[in-house]
Amino acid sequence: MIDTTVKLPGIHMKNPIMPASGCFGFGKEFSQFYDLSLLGAIIIKASTGERRFGNQTPRVAETSSGMLNAIGLQNPGVDGVITDELPFLYPYKTPIIANVAGSTLEEYSLVAEKLSKSGVDALEINISCPNVKEGGVQFGTDPKLAYEVTKQVKKVSSLPVYIKLSPNVTDIVGLAKAVEKAGADGLSMINTLTGMRIDPHTRKPIIANQTGGLSGPAIKPVAIRMIHQVYQEVDLPIIGMGGIETTDDIVEYLLAGASAVAIGSANFKNPNICKELIHELPETLQKFGFNSVKEAVGGAHH
Amino acid sequence: MLREWMTIVTHQQLAHQTYLLELQGEIAGLVDNPGQFVHLQISEQYFLRRPVSIADVSPIKGTITLLYKVMGEGTEALTKKEAGEKMDVVGPGGKGFPMDEINSKKALLIGGGIGIPPLYYLAKELTAKGIEVESVLGFRSENDLFYLEEFKSLGEVHITTNDGSVGTQGFVTDALPALDTIETYFTCGPTVMLKNVKEKLDGIPGYISIEERMGCGIGACFACVLETPGGCGKGYVKVCSDGPVFRPEEVIL
Repeated sequence: MIDTTVKLPGIHMKNPIMPASGCFGFGKEFSQFYDLSLLGAIIIKASTGERRFGNQTPRVAETSSGMLNAIGLQNPGVDGVITDELPFLYPYKTPIIANVAGSTLEEYSLVAEKLSKSGVDALEINISCPNVKEGGVQFGTDPKLAYEVTKQVKKVSSLPVYIKLSPNVTDIVGLAKAVEKAGADGLSMINTLTGMRIDPHTRKPIIANQTGGLSGPAIKPVAIRMIHQVYQEVDLPIIGMGGIETTDDIVEYLLAGASAVAIGSANFKNPNICKELIHELPETLQKFGFNSVKEAVGGAHH
Repeated sequence: MLREWMTIVTHQQLAHQTYLLELQGEIAGLVDNPGQFVHLQISEQYFLRRPVSIADVSPIKGTITLLYKVMGEGTEALTKKEAGEKMDVVGPGGKGFPMDEINSKKALLIGGGIGIPPLYYLAKELTAKGIEVESVLGFRSENDLFYLEEFKSLGEVHITTNDGSVGTQGFVTDALPALDTIETYFTCGPTVMLKNVKEKLDGIPGYISIEERMGCGIGACFACVLETPGGCGKGYVKVCSDGPVFRPEEVIL
Protein backbone atom coordinates (compact mmCIF):
# COMPACT_ATOMS: atom_id res chain seq x y z
CA MET A 1 0.00 0.00 0.00
CA ILE A 2 1.51 3.26 -1.15
CA ASP A 3 0.98 6.18 1.24
CA THR A 4 -0.07 9.21 -0.80
CA THR A 5 -1.11 11.41 2.14
CA VAL A 6 0.52 14.77 2.64
CA LYS A 7 0.33 17.04 5.68
CA LEU A 8 1.07 20.70 5.07
CA PRO A 9 0.29 23.68 7.31
CA GLY A 10 -3.51 23.92 7.34
CA ILE A 11 -4.08 21.22 4.76
CA HIS A 12 -4.20 17.50 5.36
CA MET A 13 -4.44 15.84 1.98
CA LYS A 14 -5.39 12.35 0.78
CA ASN A 15 -2.97 12.84 -2.08
CA PRO A 16 -0.60 15.61 -3.18
CA ILE A 17 -2.67 16.69 -6.21
CA MET A 18 -4.73 19.87 -6.45
CA PRO A 19 -5.91 22.09 -9.29
CA ALA A 20 -3.98 25.38 -9.61
CA SER A 21 -5.56 28.79 -9.11
CA GLY A 22 -7.16 30.27 -12.21
CA CYS A 23 -7.36 26.95 -14.03
CA PHE A 24 -10.34 25.51 -12.17
CA GLY A 25 -12.64 28.49 -11.56
CA PHE A 26 -14.41 27.86 -8.27
CA GLY A 27 -14.82 24.16 -8.97
CA LYS A 28 -18.40 24.03 -10.20
CA GLU A 29 -17.62 23.37 -13.88
CA PHE A 30 -15.32 20.44 -13.13
CA SER A 31 -17.79 18.85 -10.72
CA GLN A 32 -19.77 17.66 -13.76
CA PHE A 33 -16.75 15.52 -14.75
CA TYR A 34 -15.81 13.93 -11.40
CA ASP A 35 -16.34 14.05 -7.63
CA LEU A 36 -14.24 16.93 -6.26
CA SER A 37 -13.80 15.01 -2.98
CA LEU A 38 -11.14 12.96 -4.80
CA LEU A 39 -8.80 15.95 -4.92
CA GLY A 40 -6.00 16.45 -2.40
CA ALA A 41 -7.06 20.10 -2.16
CA ILE A 42 -8.54 22.84 -4.35
CA ILE A 43 -6.95 26.22 -5.02
CA ILE A 44 -9.70 28.58 -6.14
CA LYS A 45 -9.45 31.50 -8.56
CA ALA A 46 -8.01 34.77 -7.19
CA SER A 47 -10.18 37.16 -5.21
CA THR A 48 -9.63 40.93 -5.15
CA GLY A 49 -11.23 43.61 -2.97
CA GLU A 50 -13.78 44.69 -5.57
CA ARG A 51 -15.14 42.80 -8.57
CA ARG A 52 -12.90 42.96 -11.64
CA PHE A 53 -13.86 42.50 -15.25
CA GLY A 54 -10.33 41.69 -16.37
CA ASN A 55 -8.63 42.41 -19.68
CA GLN A 56 -9.99 42.77 -23.19
CA THR A 57 -10.22 39.65 -25.36
CA PRO A 58 -8.44 37.78 -26.91
CA ARG A 59 -7.12 36.62 -23.57
CA VAL A 60 -5.48 33.34 -24.60
CA ALA A 61 -3.11 32.16 -27.32
CA GLU A 62 -1.58 28.79 -28.03
CA THR A 63 2.19 28.29 -27.98
CA SER A 64 4.54 25.37 -28.52
CA SER A 65 3.91 23.07 -25.55
CA GLY A 66 1.77 25.56 -23.72
CA MET A 67 -0.34 28.67 -23.82
CA LEU A 68 -0.36 32.35 -22.97
CA ASN A 69 -3.14 33.89 -20.93
CA ALA A 70 -3.97 37.40 -19.81
CA ILE A 71 -7.31 37.07 -18.07
CA GLY A 72 -6.51 39.95 -15.71
CA LEU A 73 -7.80 38.53 -12.41
CA GLN A 74 -11.47 38.63 -13.40
CA ASN A 75 -13.49 37.77 -10.31
CA PRO A 76 -16.67 38.81 -8.50
CA GLY A 77 -14.73 40.45 -5.64
CA VAL A 78 -13.99 38.86 -2.27
CA ASP A 79 -17.54 39.33 -0.92
CA GLY A 80 -19.03 37.72 -4.03
CA VAL A 81 -16.58 34.83 -3.78
CA ILE A 82 -17.50 34.23 -0.14
CA THR A 83 -21.30 34.43 -0.60
CA ASP A 84 -21.78 33.04 -4.13
CA GLU A 85 -18.88 30.69 -4.87
CA LEU A 86 -17.46 29.11 -1.71
CA PRO A 87 -20.72 27.55 -0.38
CA PHE A 88 -20.73 25.19 -3.36
CA LEU A 89 -17.35 23.76 -2.29
CA TYR A 90 -17.94 23.31 1.44
CA PRO A 91 -19.86 20.00 1.19
CA TYR A 92 -16.85 18.36 -0.50
CA LYS A 93 -14.35 16.74 1.81
CA THR A 94 -11.46 18.60 0.27
CA PRO A 95 -9.35 21.37 1.82
CA ILE A 96 -9.77 24.74 0.11
CA ILE A 97 -6.92 27.16 -0.50
CA ALA A 98 -8.14 30.66 -1.41
CA ASN A 99 -5.98 32.77 -3.69
CA VAL A 100 -5.61 36.42 -2.63
CA ALA A 101 -4.73 39.24 -5.04
CA GLY A 102 -4.57 43.00 -4.86
CA SER A 103 -3.11 46.25 -6.13
CA THR A 104 -2.08 47.67 -2.76
CA LEU A 105 -0.95 46.37 0.62
CA GLU A 106 -4.32 47.45 2.02
CA GLU A 107 -6.21 45.43 -0.58
CA TYR A 108 -4.16 42.28 0.13
CA SER A 109 -4.86 42.74 3.87
CA LEU A 110 -8.58 43.30 3.38
CA VAL A 111 -9.05 40.29 1.08
CA ALA A 112 -6.91 38.02 3.27
CA GLU A 113 -8.76 39.06 6.42
CA LYS A 114 -12.19 38.41 4.89
CA LEU A 115 -11.17 35.06 3.40
CA SER A 116 -9.50 33.87 6.58
CA LYS A 117 -12.89 34.13 8.32
CA SER A 118 -14.81 32.45 5.50
CA GLY A 119 -14.15 28.81 6.26
CA VAL A 120 -11.31 28.09 3.82
CA ASP A 121 -8.28 26.14 5.08
CA ALA A 122 -5.34 28.21 3.86
CA LEU A 123 -4.45 31.27 1.80
CA GLU A 124 -2.26 31.50 -1.28
CA ILE A 125 -1.03 35.03 -1.81
CA ASN A 126 -0.73 35.94 -5.46
CA ILE A 127 2.20 38.35 -5.63
CA SER A 128 3.02 37.17 -9.11
CA CYS A 129 0.18 37.83 -11.57
CA PRO A 130 1.87 39.24 -14.68
CA ASN A 131 -1.39 40.40 -16.26
CA VAL A 132 -2.60 43.35 -14.24
CA LYS A 133 -1.25 46.88 -14.50
CA GLU A 134 -1.09 47.72 -10.82
CA GLY A 135 0.23 45.53 -8.06
CA GLY A 136 0.41 41.82 -8.56
CA VAL A 137 3.80 41.12 -9.95
CA GLN A 138 5.64 44.16 -8.51
CA PHE A 139 5.08 42.68 -5.05
CA GLY A 140 6.62 39.47 -6.34
CA THR A 141 9.73 40.90 -7.97
CA ASP A 142 10.95 43.17 -5.17
CA PRO A 143 12.01 41.23 -2.02
CA LYS A 144 11.22 44.24 0.21
CA LEU A 145 7.64 44.48 -1.05
CA ALA A 146 7.25 40.69 -0.90
CA TYR A 147 8.36 40.83 2.73
CA GLU A 148 5.90 43.65 3.47
CA VAL A 149 2.89 41.99 1.89
CA THR A 150 3.61 38.68 3.64
CA LYS A 151 4.00 40.43 6.99
CA GLN A 152 0.72 42.33 6.51
CA VAL A 153 -1.23 39.26 5.49
CA LYS A 154 0.17 37.19 8.37
CA LYS A 155 -0.89 39.94 10.77
CA VAL A 156 -4.56 39.83 9.71
CA SER A 157 -4.94 36.12 9.00
CA SER A 158 -5.15 33.22 11.41
CA LEU A 159 -4.75 30.76 8.51
CA PRO A 160 -1.52 29.36 7.08
CA VAL A 161 -0.20 31.57 4.28
CA TYR A 162 1.44 30.27 1.11
CA ILE A 163 3.17 32.84 -1.05
CA LYS A 164 2.95 32.24 -4.80
CA LEU A 165 6.28 33.24 -6.30
CA SER A 166 6.90 34.72 -9.73
CA PRO A 167 9.54 33.17 -11.99
CA ASN A 168 10.08 36.57 -13.65
CA VAL A 169 12.98 37.42 -11.34
CA THR A 170 16.75 37.05 -11.40
CA ASP A 171 17.05 35.76 -7.85
CA ILE A 172 14.23 33.42 -6.84
CA VAL A 173 16.06 32.37 -3.66
CA GLY A 174 16.23 36.00 -2.49
CA LEU A 175 12.46 36.32 -2.84
CA ALA A 176 11.81 33.01 -1.09
CA LYS A 177 14.09 33.98 1.82
CA ALA A 178 12.36 37.37 2.16
CA VAL A 179 8.90 35.83 2.54
CA GLU A 180 10.23 33.12 4.86
CA LYS A 181 11.63 35.85 7.12
CA ALA A 182 8.24 37.59 7.05
CA GLY A 183 6.57 34.48 8.42
CA ALA A 184 5.17 32.67 5.37
CA ASP A 185 4.02 29.10 6.07
CA GLY A 186 4.73 27.78 2.60
CA LEU A 187 5.49 28.59 -1.03
CA SER A 188 3.67 28.03 -4.30
CA MET A 189 6.06 27.78 -7.22
CA ILE A 190 5.75 28.93 -9.92
CA ASN A 191 3.35 31.42 -11.50
CA THR A 192 3.49 31.96 -15.28
CA LEU A 193 6.41 33.41 -17.25
CA THR A 194 5.70 36.64 -19.11
CA GLY A 195 5.54 36.08 -22.86
CA MET A 196 4.13 37.36 -26.13
CA ARG A 197 2.99 36.06 -29.51
CA ILE A 198 2.59 38.16 -32.64
CA ASP A 199 0.23 37.32 -35.52
CA PRO A 200 2.15 37.74 -38.81
CA HIS A 201 -1.10 38.58 -40.66
CA THR A 202 -2.08 41.51 -38.42
CA ARG A 203 1.50 42.29 -37.26
CA LYS A 204 0.08 42.77 -33.77
CA PRO A 205 0.30 40.80 -30.52
CA ILE A 206 -2.42 38.12 -30.48
CA ILE A 207 -3.39 38.85 -26.88
CA ALA A 208 -5.22 42.16 -26.37
CA ASN A 209 -3.12 42.84 -23.26
CA GLN A 210 -0.07 42.32 -25.54
CA THR A 211 1.80 40.19 -23.00
CA GLY A 212 0.46 37.13 -21.26
CA GLY A 213 1.58 34.48 -18.80
CA LEU A 214 3.14 31.36 -20.32
CA SER A 215 2.05 28.07 -18.81
CA GLY A 216 2.12 24.41 -19.81
CA PRO A 217 4.92 21.88 -20.28
CA ALA A 218 7.10 24.61 -21.83
CA ILE A 219 7.77 26.04 -18.34
CA LYS A 220 8.22 22.80 -16.41
CA PRO A 221 12.05 22.80 -16.51
CA VAL A 222 12.09 26.40 -15.22
CA ALA A 223 9.85 25.44 -12.29
CA ILE A 224 11.90 22.34 -11.49
CA ARG A 225 15.12 24.37 -11.48
CA MET A 226 13.65 27.08 -9.21
CA ILE A 227 12.16 24.59 -6.74
CA HIS A 228 15.48 22.71 -6.68
CA GLN A 229 17.30 25.97 -5.82
CA VAL A 230 14.81 27.18 -3.22
CA TYR A 231 14.52 23.78 -1.48
CA GLN A 232 18.21 23.94 -0.59
CA GLU A 233 18.07 27.42 0.91
CA VAL A 234 14.64 27.79 2.48
CA ASP A 235 12.91 25.70 5.12
CA LEU A 236 9.31 25.98 3.90
CA PRO A 237 7.06 23.41 2.24
CA ILE A 238 6.61 23.98 -1.48
CA ILE A 239 3.53 23.39 -3.63
CA GLY A 240 5.04 22.83 -7.08
CA MET A 241 3.32 23.76 -10.34
CA GLY A 242 4.05 24.44 -13.99
CA GLY A 243 3.26 22.16 -16.92
CA ILE A 244 2.39 18.96 -15.03
CA GLU A 245 0.60 16.50 -17.32
CA THR A 246 1.74 13.05 -16.11
CA THR A 247 2.52 11.25 -12.87
CA ASP A 248 6.17 11.08 -13.98
CA ASP A 249 6.09 14.89 -13.98
CA ILE A 250 4.76 14.81 -10.41
CA VAL A 251 7.63 12.57 -9.26
CA GLU A 252 10.07 15.00 -10.87
CA TYR A 253 8.53 17.86 -8.83
CA LEU A 254 8.67 15.82 -5.61
CA LEU A 255 12.31 14.96 -6.23
CA ALA A 256 13.15 18.63 -6.82
CA GLY A 257 11.66 19.47 -3.42
CA ALA A 258 7.92 20.04 -3.78
CA SER A 259 5.74 18.46 -1.06
CA ALA A 260 2.58 18.67 -3.16
CA VAL A 261 1.70 19.74 -6.69
CA ALA A 262 -0.89 21.78 -8.53
CA ILE A 263 -2.23 21.05 -12.00
CA GLY A 264 -2.87 24.12 -14.15
CA SER A 265 -3.54 24.46 -17.84
CA ALA A 266 -3.65 20.66 -18.33
CA ASN A 267 -7.19 20.94 -16.92
CA PHE A 268 -8.15 22.73 -20.16
CA LYS A 269 -6.82 19.91 -22.36
CA ASN A 270 -8.34 17.17 -20.29
CA PRO A 271 -11.02 18.08 -17.75
CA ASN A 272 -10.46 14.70 -16.04
CA ILE A 273 -6.69 15.16 -15.65
CA CYS A 274 -6.58 15.56 -11.84
CA LYS A 275 -8.72 12.49 -11.28
CA GLU A 276 -6.60 10.43 -13.69
CA LEU A 277 -3.31 11.53 -12.11
CA ILE A 278 -4.62 10.74 -8.61
CA HIS A 279 -5.55 7.26 -9.80
CA GLU A 280 -2.17 6.61 -11.44
CA LEU A 281 0.15 8.13 -8.83
CA PRO A 282 0.57 5.12 -6.48
CA GLU A 283 1.70 2.89 -9.36
CA THR A 284 4.17 5.51 -10.59
CA LEU A 285 5.63 6.02 -7.11
CA GLN A 286 6.08 2.28 -6.86
CA LYS A 287 7.71 2.12 -10.30
CA PHE A 288 10.42 4.51 -9.06
CA GLY A 289 10.88 2.64 -5.78
CA PHE A 290 8.93 4.84 -3.36
CA ASN A 291 6.46 3.61 -0.74
CA SER A 292 5.08 7.07 -0.04
CA VAL A 293 4.92 10.61 -1.38
CA LYS A 294 6.98 11.81 1.60
CA GLU A 295 9.87 9.52 0.66
CA ALA A 296 10.18 11.17 -2.74
CA VAL A 297 10.17 14.79 -1.53
CA GLY A 298 13.60 16.35 -2.04
CA GLY A 299 14.98 13.04 -3.32
CA ALA A 300 17.18 14.79 -5.87
CA HIS A 301 19.19 16.41 -3.08
CA HIS A 302 20.42 13.30 -1.20
CA MET B 1 -20.79 17.09 -20.83
CA LEU B 2 -18.30 14.33 -21.50
CA ARG B 3 -14.73 13.82 -22.56
CA GLU B 4 -14.81 11.00 -25.04
CA TRP B 5 -12.83 9.37 -27.84
CA MET B 6 -15.26 9.61 -30.74
CA THR B 7 -14.86 7.67 -33.99
CA ILE B 8 -14.54 9.51 -37.27
CA VAL B 9 -17.26 8.16 -39.58
CA THR B 10 -16.89 10.59 -42.48
CA HIS B 11 -14.29 13.23 -43.27
CA GLN B 12 -14.50 15.03 -46.59
CA GLN B 13 -13.84 18.39 -48.20
CA LEU B 14 -17.01 20.37 -49.00
CA ALA B 15 -15.64 23.63 -50.35
CA HIS B 16 -12.51 25.77 -50.41
CA GLN B 17 -10.77 25.13 -47.04
CA THR B 18 -14.05 23.78 -45.65
CA TYR B 19 -14.47 20.22 -44.37
CA LEU B 20 -17.21 17.98 -43.04
CA LEU B 21 -16.40 15.75 -40.08
CA GLU B 22 -18.92 13.21 -38.82
CA LEU B 23 -18.17 11.73 -35.38
CA GLN B 24 -19.82 8.83 -33.63
CA GLY B 25 -20.12 8.48 -29.86
CA GLU B 26 -22.15 9.09 -26.72
CA ILE B 27 -21.83 12.87 -27.02
CA ALA B 28 -24.29 12.73 -29.96
CA GLY B 29 -27.00 11.60 -27.55
CA LEU B 30 -26.35 14.49 -25.15
CA VAL B 31 -27.01 17.40 -27.53
CA ASP B 32 -29.96 19.43 -26.18
CA ASN B 33 -30.34 22.16 -28.76
CA PRO B 34 -28.90 23.47 -32.04
CA GLY B 35 -26.12 26.02 -31.45
CA GLN B 36 -24.06 23.89 -29.04
CA PHE B 37 -20.45 23.02 -29.82
CA VAL B 38 -17.78 20.40 -29.19
CA HIS B 39 -14.16 21.05 -28.18
CA LEU B 40 -11.70 19.06 -30.30
CA GLN B 41 -8.16 18.07 -29.34
CA ILE B 42 -6.36 17.85 -32.66
CA SER B 43 -3.17 16.22 -31.41
CA GLU B 44 -0.60 16.44 -28.61
CA GLN B 45 1.16 19.06 -30.72
CA TYR B 46 -1.65 21.58 -30.28
CA PHE B 47 -2.09 22.58 -26.67
CA LEU B 48 -5.55 24.14 -26.80
CA ARG B 49 -8.72 22.48 -28.01
CA ARG B 50 -10.63 23.94 -30.96
CA PRO B 51 -14.32 24.79 -30.49
CA VAL B 52 -16.45 23.67 -33.46
CA SER B 53 -20.22 24.11 -33.65
CA ILE B 54 -22.52 21.18 -34.25
CA ALA B 55 -24.03 21.34 -37.75
CA ASP B 56 -26.25 18.30 -37.47
CA VAL B 57 -27.12 15.39 -35.19
CA SER B 58 -28.24 11.92 -36.24
CA PRO B 59 -29.84 10.13 -33.28
CA ILE B 60 -30.19 6.94 -35.34
CA LYS B 61 -26.50 6.73 -36.28
CA GLY B 62 -25.39 8.25 -32.98
CA THR B 63 -23.34 10.86 -34.82
CA ILE B 64 -22.75 14.58 -34.87
CA THR B 65 -21.71 16.45 -38.02
CA LEU B 66 -19.22 19.29 -37.79
CA LEU B 67 -18.24 21.68 -40.59
CA TYR B 68 -14.98 23.50 -40.03
CA LYS B 69 -12.78 25.88 -41.95
CA VAL B 70 -8.99 25.74 -42.07
CA MET B 71 -7.97 28.80 -40.04
CA GLY B 72 -4.38 27.93 -39.14
CA GLU B 73 -1.94 25.11 -38.43
CA GLY B 74 -4.25 23.29 -36.03
CA THR B 75 -7.23 23.03 -38.35
CA GLU B 76 -4.82 22.24 -41.25
CA ALA B 77 -3.55 19.27 -39.23
CA LEU B 78 -7.15 18.24 -38.55
CA THR B 79 -7.76 17.79 -42.30
CA LYS B 80 -5.25 14.88 -42.25
CA LYS B 81 -7.41 12.74 -39.93
CA GLU B 82 -9.11 9.80 -41.61
CA ALA B 83 -12.35 7.89 -41.18
CA GLY B 84 -11.92 5.14 -38.59
CA GLU B 85 -9.53 7.17 -36.43
CA LYS B 86 -10.54 8.28 -32.92
CA MET B 87 -10.75 11.90 -31.80
CA ASP B 88 -10.52 13.33 -28.28
CA VAL B 89 -13.72 15.37 -27.88
CA VAL B 90 -15.24 17.29 -24.96
CA GLY B 91 -18.90 18.21 -25.30
CA PRO B 92 -21.57 19.07 -25.99
CA GLY B 93 -20.64 22.51 -24.69
CA GLY B 94 -22.64 25.65 -24.10
CA LYS B 95 -26.29 26.50 -24.33
CA GLY B 96 -27.78 26.52 -27.81
CA PHE B 97 -30.88 28.14 -29.27
CA PRO B 98 -33.68 27.56 -26.70
CA MET B 99 -36.06 25.58 -28.91
CA ASP B 100 -38.74 25.29 -26.23
CA GLU B 101 -39.06 29.08 -25.97
CA ILE B 102 -39.50 29.72 -29.68
CA ASN B 103 -43.04 30.21 -30.91
CA SER B 104 -43.03 31.91 -34.30
CA LYS B 105 -44.65 31.30 -37.63
CA LYS B 106 -41.64 32.44 -39.57
CA ALA B 107 -37.95 32.74 -38.75
CA LEU B 108 -35.08 34.40 -40.59
CA LEU B 109 -31.68 32.71 -40.42
CA ILE B 110 -28.62 34.82 -41.20
CA GLY B 111 -25.24 33.13 -41.40
CA GLY B 112 -21.80 34.26 -42.45
CA GLY B 113 -19.00 31.86 -43.49
CA ILE B 114 -18.25 29.22 -40.91
CA GLY B 115 -21.08 30.68 -38.78
CA ILE B 116 -23.52 28.99 -41.16
CA PRO B 117 -23.20 25.33 -40.00
CA PRO B 118 -25.09 25.54 -36.66
CA LEU B 119 -27.95 27.27 -38.49
CA TYR B 120 -28.49 24.13 -40.57
CA TYR B 121 -29.32 21.97 -37.55
CA LEU B 122 -31.40 24.89 -36.26
CA ALA B 123 -33.31 25.14 -39.58
CA LYS B 124 -34.09 21.42 -39.41
CA GLU B 125 -35.39 21.68 -35.85
CA LEU B 126 -37.43 24.82 -36.60
CA THR B 127 -39.13 23.29 -39.64
CA ALA B 128 -39.80 20.15 -37.59
CA LYS B 129 -41.71 22.40 -35.18
CA GLY B 130 -43.70 23.79 -38.12
CA ILE B 131 -41.86 27.10 -38.24
CA GLU B 132 -41.19 28.43 -41.74
CA VAL B 133 -37.53 29.40 -42.32
CA GLU B 134 -35.93 31.78 -44.79
CA SER B 135 -32.11 31.98 -44.92
CA VAL B 136 -29.54 34.56 -45.93
CA LEU B 137 -26.12 32.96 -46.28
CA GLY B 138 -22.96 34.97 -46.88
CA PHE B 139 -19.75 33.53 -48.35
CA ARG B 140 -16.47 34.99 -49.51
CA SER B 141 -16.70 33.62 -53.05
CA GLU B 142 -18.16 30.93 -55.31
CA ASN B 143 -15.56 28.35 -54.18
CA ASP B 144 -16.57 28.76 -50.55
CA LEU B 145 -20.22 27.75 -50.99
CA PHE B 146 -21.48 24.75 -49.04
CA TYR B 147 -24.80 23.24 -47.87
CA LEU B 148 -26.92 25.25 -50.35
CA GLU B 149 -29.08 22.31 -51.35
CA GLU B 150 -29.52 21.34 -47.71
CA PHE B 151 -30.77 24.83 -46.80
CA LYS B 152 -32.93 25.05 -49.97
CA SER B 153 -34.70 21.84 -48.98
CA LEU B 154 -35.88 23.61 -45.82
CA GLY B 155 -36.93 27.03 -47.16
CA GLU B 156 -36.12 30.02 -49.32
CA VAL B 157 -32.40 30.90 -49.52
CA HIS B 158 -30.62 34.15 -50.45
CA ILE B 159 -26.89 34.06 -51.18
CA THR B 160 -24.33 36.83 -50.93
CA THR B 161 -20.65 36.72 -51.86
CA ASN B 162 -18.03 39.37 -51.15
CA ASP B 163 -16.86 39.29 -54.77
CA GLY B 164 -20.28 38.90 -56.38
CA SER B 165 -19.36 35.57 -58.03
CA VAL B 166 -22.69 34.14 -56.86
CA GLY B 167 -25.83 35.87 -55.59
CA THR B 168 -25.83 39.42 -54.33
CA GLN B 169 -22.44 41.12 -54.14
CA GLY B 170 -21.68 42.31 -50.61
CA PHE B 171 -22.61 41.15 -47.14
CA VAL B 172 -25.63 39.37 -45.65
CA THR B 173 -27.11 42.73 -44.62
CA ASP B 174 -27.23 43.68 -48.35
CA ALA B 175 -29.64 40.84 -49.13
CA LEU B 176 -32.15 40.91 -46.30
CA PRO B 177 -35.67 39.99 -47.47
CA ALA B 178 -38.84 41.90 -46.55
CA LEU B 179 -38.92 41.81 -42.75
CA ASP B 180 -42.64 42.36 -42.14
CA THR B 181 -43.48 38.66 -41.78
CA ILE B 182 -40.35 37.76 -39.77
CA GLU B 183 -41.14 37.08 -36.12
CA THR B 184 -37.73 35.88 -34.92
CA TYR B 185 -34.22 36.00 -36.35
CA PHE B 186 -31.23 33.76 -35.67
CA THR B 187 -27.72 34.71 -36.67
CA CYS B 188 -24.21 33.32 -36.42
CA GLY B 189 -20.98 34.59 -37.93
CA PRO B 190 -18.08 36.97 -37.36
CA THR B 191 -18.68 39.62 -34.69
CA VAL B 192 -18.66 42.52 -37.17
CA MET B 193 -21.47 40.80 -39.10
CA LEU B 194 -23.44 40.15 -35.90
CA LYS B 195 -23.17 43.85 -35.01
CA ASN B 196 -24.56 44.91 -38.39
CA VAL B 197 -27.35 42.34 -38.28
CA LYS B 198 -28.30 43.41 -34.75
CA GLU B 199 -28.55 47.04 -35.91
CA LYS B 200 -30.54 46.31 -39.07
CA LEU B 201 -32.98 44.00 -37.31
CA ASP B 202 -33.42 46.16 -34.26
CA GLY B 203 -36.94 45.67 -32.90
CA ILE B 204 -37.31 42.06 -34.07
CA PRO B 205 -36.73 39.42 -31.38
CA GLY B 206 -33.53 37.59 -32.13
CA TYR B 207 -30.81 35.19 -31.06
CA ILE B 208 -27.14 35.66 -31.88
CA SER B 209 -24.45 33.00 -31.68
CA ILE B 210 -20.95 34.28 -30.98
CA GLU B 211 -17.49 33.07 -32.04
CA GLU B 212 -14.67 33.63 -29.55
CA ARG B 213 -11.24 32.23 -28.75
CA MET B 214 -11.64 29.79 -25.87
CA GLY B 215 -9.39 28.26 -23.23
CA CYS B 216 -11.16 25.52 -21.28
CA GLY B 217 -14.51 25.65 -23.12
CA ILE B 218 -16.43 24.71 -19.96
CA GLY B 219 -16.68 28.06 -18.15
CA ALA B 220 -13.73 27.82 -15.76
CA CYS B 221 -10.95 29.94 -17.28
CA PHE B 222 -12.66 33.25 -18.19
CA ALA B 223 -10.91 33.50 -21.58
CA CYS B 224 -14.08 34.09 -23.63
CA VAL B 225 -16.03 36.69 -21.70
CA LEU B 226 -18.17 39.54 -23.00
CA GLU B 227 -19.42 42.55 -21.06
CA THR B 228 -23.13 42.96 -20.49
CA PRO B 229 -24.91 46.29 -21.16
CA GLY B 230 -24.87 48.49 -18.09
CA GLY B 231 -23.06 45.77 -16.18
CA CYS B 232 -26.34 43.89 -15.70
CA GLY B 233 -26.26 40.46 -14.08
CA LYS B 234 -22.71 39.64 -13.07
CA GLY B 235 -21.43 42.30 -15.51
CA TYR B 236 -20.17 39.66 -17.91
CA VAL B 237 -21.14 36.46 -19.66
CA LYS B 238 -18.95 33.53 -20.63
CA VAL B 239 -19.40 32.68 -24.32
CA CYS B 240 -18.55 28.99 -23.81
CA SER B 241 -20.92 28.22 -20.95
CA ASP B 242 -23.53 31.03 -20.75
CA GLY B 243 -23.64 31.10 -24.59
CA PRO B 244 -22.60 30.85 -27.34
CA VAL B 245 -26.22 31.87 -28.03
CA PHE B 246 -27.46 35.12 -26.50
CA ARG B 247 -30.30 37.59 -26.98
CA PRO B 248 -28.83 40.64 -28.77
CA GLU B 249 -29.72 42.87 -25.81
CA GLU B 250 -27.81 40.66 -23.37
CA VAL B 251 -24.28 41.39 -24.60
CA ILE B 252 -22.02 44.17 -25.85
CA LEU B 253 -20.53 43.05 -29.16
